[in-house]
Amino acid sequence: MYLAKVTGTVVATQKADGLDGVKFLIVEPVDDDGRPAGPQQVAADAVQAGVGELVYVCTGREASMALDEQFVPVDLAIVGHVDDVQAEGGGSAPVREKPARAKPAARGRQR
Amino acid sequence: MLLGRVVGNVVSSVKVKAHKGYKLLLVRPERADGTLEAHSYVAIDLVQAGEGDRVLLLREGSSVRDMIGATAAPVHAAVVGIVDEVAKQ
Repeated sequence: MYLAKVTGTVVATQKADGLDGVKFLIVEPVDDDGRPAGPQQVAADAVQAGVGELVYVCTGREASMALDEQFVPVDLAIVGHVDDVQAEGGGSAPVREKPARAKPAARGRQR
Repeated sequence: MLLGRVVGNVVSSVKVKAHKGYKLLLVRPERADGTLEAHSYVAIDLVQAGEGDRVLLLREGSSVRDMIGATAAPVHAAVVGIVDEVAKQ
């Protein structure tokens, strides 16, 4: 699992079985200070994250376990919003302001 | 498993159900020369580790799921030990 920033959304109409209703977002790994630290990736969203937010993601087979339907073909999932990073070297990392976001709706599939 | 150093905490109030109640640690792998890698892992804490501790970092989901007693939890990394000493030739 590692820190990442949500930088975009992905729309895919034609998807493999089990991926209907799964929201995909573009994430960019970041270091402890919030600076970009790797190539962008596509992650399934399990916590109603939005663009610009700092999140943490789960890699591997376990990623699909964050979703309503498990064991679907997903290898990266957003599993939590990050409010604050308290890292060595004093103070908090400059966590980006969260955009105004509606209260997450009751969990369920989105179309 | 990797040797690593806890360099901080991650505060997350909205997260998947399986992570509720666990502290999230920011852990940097340690190189052979004792310096730390630039990238960090976010790991759940199973041994009450704290910032500055040298730890064992597990990066394998099914073992972590066994430890937290969950059959399907989106967890891939956990701190499973606090290292007292490493002896190398």
